[in-house]
Amino acid sequence: MAQPLVKKDDDRDDEAEYSPFMGIEKGSVLQEARVFNDPQLDARRCSQVITKLLYLLNQGETFTKVEATEVFFAVTKLFQSKDMGLRRMVYLMIKEISPSADEVIIVTSSLMKDMNSKIDMYKANAIRVLCRITDGTLLSQIERWSNEVQEAVQSRAALVQFHALALLHQIRQNDRLAVSKLVTSLTRGSVRSPLAQCLLIRYTSQVIYESGNNTASGERPFYDYLESCLRHKSEMVIFEAARAITELNGVTSRELTPAITVLQLFLSSSKPVLRFAAVRTLNKVAMTHPMAVTNCNIDMESLISDQNRSIATLAITTLLKTGNESSVDRLMKQITNFMSDIADEFKIVVVEAIRSLCLKFPLKYRSLMNFLSNILREEGGFDYKKAIVDSIVILISDIPDAKEAGLLHLCEFIEDCEFTYLSTQILHFLGIEGPKTSDPSKYIRYIYNRVHLENAIVRASAVSTLAKFGAAVDALKPRIFVLLRRCLFDSDDEVRDRATLYLNTLGGDGSVVETDKDVKDFLFGSFDIPLVNLENSLKNYEPSEEAFDINFVPKEVRSQPLAEKKAPGKKPSGLGAPPSGPLSTVDVYEKMLLTIPECANFGKLFKSSAPVELTEAETEYAVNVIKHIFDRHVVFQYNCTNTIAEQLLEDVIVNVDASEAEEFSEVFSKPIRSLPYDSPGQTFVAFEKPEGVSAVGKFSNVLKFIVKEVDPTTGEAEDDGVEDEYQLEDLEVVAADYVLKVGVSNFRNAWESLGPDFERVDEYGLGPRESLAEAVNTVINLLGLQPCEGTEEVPPNSRSHTCLLSGVFIGNVKVLVRLSFGLDGPKDVAMKLSVRSEDETVSDAIHEIVASG
Amino acid sequence: MSHETCPSVKNILLLDSDGKRVAVKYFTEDWPTNSAKENFEKVVFTKTQKTNARTEAEIAMFENNIVVYKFVQDLHFFVTGGDYENELILATVLQAFFDSVGLLLRGNVDKKEALENLDLILLCIDEIADGGIILETDPNVIAGKVASNSIDSGAPLSEQTLSQALATAREHLARSLLK
Repeated sequence: MAQPLVKKDDDRDDEAEYSPFMGIEKGSVLQEARVFNDPQLDARRCSQVITKLLYLLNQGETFTKVEATEVFFAVTKLFQSKDMGLRRMVYLMIKEISPSADEVIIVTSSLMKDMNSKIDMYKANAIRVLCRITDGTLLSQIERWSNEVQEAVQSRAALVQFHALALLHQIRQNDRLAVSKLVTSLTRGSVRSPLAQCLLIRYTSQVIYESGNNTASGERPFYDYLESCLRHKSEMVIFEAARAITELNGVTSRELTPAITVLQLFLSSSKPVLRFAAVRTLNKVAMTHPMAVTNCNIDMESLISDQNRSIATLAITTLLKTGNESSVDRLMKQITNFMSDIADEFKIVVVEAIRSLCLKFPLKYRSLMNFLSNILREEGGFDYKKAIVDSIVILISDIPDAKEAGLLHLCEFIEDCEFTYLSTQILHFLGIEGPKTSDPSKYIRYIYNRVHLENAIVRASAVSTLAKFGAAVDALKPRIFVLLRRCLFDSDDEVRDRATLYLNTLGGDGSVVETDKDVKDFLFGSFDIPLVNLENSLKNYEPSEEAFDINFVPKEVRSQPLAEKKAPGKKPSGLGAPPSGPLSTVDVYEKMLLTIPECANFGKLFKSSAPVELTEAETEYAVNVIKHIFDRHVVFQYNCTNTIAEQLLEDVIVNVDASEAEEFSEVFSKPIRSLPYDSPGQTFVAFEKPEGVSAVGKFSNVLKFIVKEVDPTTGEAEDDGVEDEYQLEDLEVVAADYVLKVGVSNFRNAWESLGPDFERVDEYGLGPRESLAEAVNTVINLLGLQPCEGTEEVPPNSRSHTCLLSGVFIGNVKVLVRLSFGLDGPKDVAMKLSVRSEDETVSDAIHEIVASG
Repeated sequence: MSHETCPSVKNILLLDSDGKRVAVKYFTEDWPTNSAKENFEKVVFTKTQKTNARTEAEIAMFENNIVVYKFVQDLHFFVTGGDYENELILATVLQAFFDSVGLLLRGNVDKKEALENLDLILLCIDEIADGGIILETDPNVIAGKVASNSIDSGAPLSEQTLSQALATAREHLARSLLK
């Protein structure tokens, strides 16, 4: 490498901050831009000013609308100049300031003139600027030049070929057959440019993917072409082809072999980029075809010491995926050396890979668990330590043999753990798992040490863990009591309170007796009342003859967290409990609605919607609504929460204006008598609607109530209240509310048996979308139908996708939907929607959902 | 995961040895604001500055993007592509950028020289890619196009014909390779 000369270094020091743009200021540069208006243009000077302007833009400086307009108009004057250099800068400048539509007109004629110039530089750059600043109208003209483009694909100039191919594909992309023909003709070998070749490989993969279904037997079309690209002289083409082969749908090991072979060669390349590309691809292959990658293991192992840590990490995680049981120990030894010199972010990836390896080879838990405990003792940040602890916890839960060793590793870790969160989590986990082991007593020392050495949060947590051991293991109870009594002298209230509580409730006065089951449940059972609700009820409780009864505390979760809504009267599910299916939710709602006498004759509940928020977060009153759909009725359940501590609300009701929902007429409403601070209540409004029809409409809502001031010191409400109201968001009943998710096991059979009588087909443009998967997801959610046969999953890199949905429409009408998505241009998604059902109005209703959504 | 089928780059960055901008060009909306751009530059710069990317181009991933990079003197060259992009295509673009800047600065590739010829650097980036689509990867052609339209009348390059410029450019390349 060229070393800077010593003299040069000296120069540097003298003018350390030297820059031609030193002290540059936007204002003065804008002044300087006046030279653009000089009758005698000084090309050199003008060009320097443009460079300064570009420098400012490049540094993130912004121009106001007025400034930008002025600069733009001044720059357009420079089209008079015959100086090629200046003109080149002018083109660049116009692209950078991206003029507004009305300004574009000013330059269009100049650019059009340049487009027809004899000078190539003018021509090319004028076209580039026009493309940048005008809309897509040029493209329609280009389509007429199809033949010229076709010729350009045969051009000898490499990049011309590349751009011509991209353009040709763009023109024909909506015509699958034409793309297939294009690929067929070009794969026979007239494309020489490596970039164009890469592009052709991508188009070929796409054609292979789209034709995937009808080549169940026999050779895969175009595979030979991809394979021949593996022998191309350009590495970029070889790699593109190898990657394309590894990503083929349902690729066989015979197809994979030649691709793996070239990637293996790349692994020992001297170029980091090549090694990275190869190992990254092989890492992906290892997820689905670990056996195919095992041949590369020796090369992979040597990459563990690669200077580039991304390559090393990818190599290790690949090895962890492909390794067999016998190689685990050797591998772990190599990784141990490696772990000391990589960043935490890479370490986390490795820890996760080791966790899955251990689950794959449970017999190897000993060495893997040892590895985890060793790295747990080394330096590391919170996220890294948490990843290790989580992994050990998962291994303990999944591999019974690993439990005792794992728990001891965790115990040792908390002896010297700087993270309160991890200490308390581990103590909690010890309290659950420790008493179930063969010798629970050996954990006591570790736990009790915490009471001496840690901060109050960890100490309190340790007290609870001790008590759990005492409650679960009768033989340990006397010893635990001794320890708990010592905690009564702790300096922290919480620690003392917990010790007192446990000493007084566990019973037996420190002798070996069984702990009462009710006590155990009370102390350690799952607590099914939201803590906020309990807190509020306690605050509202007035000391009197009547004792506080925990059974009167509402169990509904307040409407704050949007994601985790619970059905009223239903236990909030603990961590990890499976979310309840839609049917059971309906059961719960149905039972609840039946307790309202007016609903008794509404019949069977068809569907209940997810809660819809009617207020912004953090407002005085939080209200969401659940729509309950019956055959002839709709019931709105408004869940209301009063978030102002100084107010008590009474006679709370929602006034619903259904003037924009003509088919609905209100039948009853049920107010909330009293709504104290922060304890949710429900009010209901019911409507009658035509039977079995998907009546839709918009409802505007106003919350009405009587406000009573509450004295914050006594918690007592004043006797007199004031009527008040609060505007809520509008609510809509849409067609999707009348659709139920019901899956079918064999979609094709179900589709055939419904027959084409009431089939409705139409096409929709969904506009630009983030991705195909996102578009598919949106439509599924919009329709509210059940995806079948896993078709809601969009394979990565697909250009098209078919999704199958099924469900039941109100009135028990079966509906099947076939959605075909395709990418139309880079982001635009087009969709074909075919519906079959037992009733043509239902088929139309489904289309209506999409058309209006 | 969607990807543009056409090989493309998301940005081309030239930073100094403190991570400050010399010249940058973003082609996509992945970093919509200037602060998002600066943030990305900061992350990329800090995480790569200690690596040895002076003989061979190096590579890393940031925020699901692939970044290839190469350093010379006090200049750090970066090219970013999406996580689906062919790494070798990005490396080709980086090499094109690196070599054509070398040609245009006649082998004196450092921050001072780059800022003094900022117009050439910006034009160079403009000749390499348009809207992320790769226009040219041959450093001789790129440098030739830029040099032949250079305004710098003081420099002999602008008086030369295109072919002469190319010849000079090649000579410079050869010289820089022999170093």
